[in-house]
Amino acid sequence: MGPRPRPSPLLPLGALVLFLLAPLVLSGWIVFLLTVAWAKALAVLGVVLLLRGGLLTFGHALYYAAGAYAAGMAVKYLHVREGLALLGLALLAGVGTSALLGLLVARYRGVYFALLNLAFSMVLYGVLLKFYAITGGTDGLGLPAPPLAGLRPVAQSLRLALYDLTLVLAALLIYAAHRFSASPVGYTLRAIRDNEVRVEYMGASVWRTIYVSYVIAGGLASVAGALIGLSVGHITPDLSFWSQSGEFVFVAILGGTGSVLAPVVGSIVFEFVRNYAFELSPYTWQMTLGIVLLVIIFFLPGGLWSLSALARRLPRRGAPPPFRTSPRDGAGAAGARTADQAREPRGGR
Amino acid sequence: MTALLEAAGLTKFFGAVRAAEELSVRVDEGEMVGIVGSNGSGKTTFLNLATGYLAPDRGRILLAGRDTAGLSPRLITRLGVARSFQIPQLYLGLTVLENMLLSLAARSGRGGVWAPLYRAPWTDEGRQILERFGLEAYASRSVGELPEGGRKLLDIALAIALRPRLLLMDEPTAGVSTEDKFEVMDTLVGVLRQGRITTIFVEHDMDVVHRYSRRVLVFDQGLVIADGEPVTVLADADVRKAVLGHA
Repeated sequence: MGPRPRPSPLLPLGALVLFLLAPLVLSGWIVFLLTVAWAKALAVLGVVLLLRGGLLTFGHALYYAAGAYAAGMAVKYLHVREGLALLGLALLAGVGTSALLGLLVARYRGVYFALLNLAFSMVLYGVLLKFYAITGGTDGLGLPAPPLAGLRPVAQSLRLALYDLTLVLAALLIYAAHRFSASPVGYTLRAIRDNEVRVEYMGASVWRTIYVSYVIAGGLASVAGALIGLSVGHITPDLSFWSQSGEFVFVAILGGTGSVLAPVVGSIVFEFVRNYAFELSPYTWQMTLGIVLLVIIFFLPGGLWSLSALARRLPRRGAPPPFRTSPRDGAGAAGARTADQAREPRGGR
Repeated sequence: MTALLEAAGLTKFFGAVRAAEELSVRVDEGEMVGIVGSNGSGKTTFLNLATGYLAPDRGRILLAGRDTAGLSPRLITRLGVARSFQIPQLYLGLTVLENMLLSLAARSGRGGVWAPLYRAPWTDEGRQILERFGLEAYASRSVGELPEGGRKLLDIALAIALRPRLLLMDEPTAGVSTEDKFEVMDTLVGVLRQGRITTIFVEHDMDVVHRYSRRVLVFDQGLVIADGEPVTVLADADVRKAVLGHA
């Protein structure tokens, strides 16, 4: 038997094409909402990758803000205008910061990991707030309409260009995250969640695995921050505030951790629910969000993404094959009988 | 000839409890050594010391002549020492084959972030190993679906997949039914002989020790009280009293 059956790439690619065509029929503000959702999905993806390793962070907005401010400061002080260059600088800043802080943070687990990240993100928040002369304090920094790949889109087409850029970039990074998840390091991360001791007794490094994953998660969030900065045109210290980190965790749980595509689903649903909840009831929209999360936790503990698995699982396999500890028998009779069962696609992932 | 494993004067106390005192053990390449002893006699502590999970208060351990002081279980594993556990230590969220593939990936030392874990040489070898242990039918099932006996075998298979020079097994037949234990051991010993893997195994079952080891160490309260052929050692009245509680 060859490698495990892989999920077909047709569905995600088809969805991507639909999203690229969507502006033809959707209004401008919905396109903007989708841009924001896709960009933030990258930060959520970072949170999801860490969650797969059993690591919950309440400070991921740190890298989100680091990316946004790297872009903002590059505009203000280095006079970089090109959007793609700003994104590259943001990624560099995110990877650099997470590579540095990861040296410390990757040693911690559980509540210490969560709160250490929170602490660092609030330190950045404080710095962005107080160093007014450099960071603009609460006023933040402006990001003027950027040229993209040397082209200067006019005002109407800029929104569309940023939407397309966000989609393509997010799709590429989500694909990279998918490759990572299926790689030895990606699987080792999931193994760490189950049993760190065994990972070490296999000769693999728990620390290195968590460190690499942490840097990847930081890089993803920094690109998200820069994309948001470019789309909104303005950045403030709130990007690093703890409630932003909380939002990423919220969306991660809303979407689920079952797939690298789940953060996109979660993020889009979140942005729309938040907007409509706000429109319907400006004073209780947070309560609406809370109720949505409660419903998800009670009825779909695997997040929205588990709906897709649910649909696939309906024609499910029967009982597992009988087991005998005598190896030679197992390879013979039981093995032959269950070959068909083993070939059935797994529903759970 | 240098011993493959040489422990000299190993001492470890947990508070007032003596888990090892002046333990000296020498195991040569190709040996299959059993360790017996009552509960709390320091058998598992010895495995924990030998694999770097615990640091001794005194004494040292040489691996093929190399001092392993200060090395973590990971680095000692990479020196060719693998270990299986009394209670299977597995990745319950992954499939049986994925557990195996992680072992093979770790052995290769190529833990990339781009190429998939499921690659043909590893999946082929992984399935072969699972087949030898009768676990092939469970390859694509979650470890959680594996019965206790199967988990025990997988735990040992993961260690053997690392192709160690020295394998330390903690009660390989615990949790395996009485009628199956000899078959399990026959399979294991076959694989170990074929791979020329030197083995030390902790065992409660005297029948298993008699049948599969040519040398047995008897632990009692952190001391090695006997070392020799099972036939002679296990007939000794003092040994029987220490291990079984009666002569």
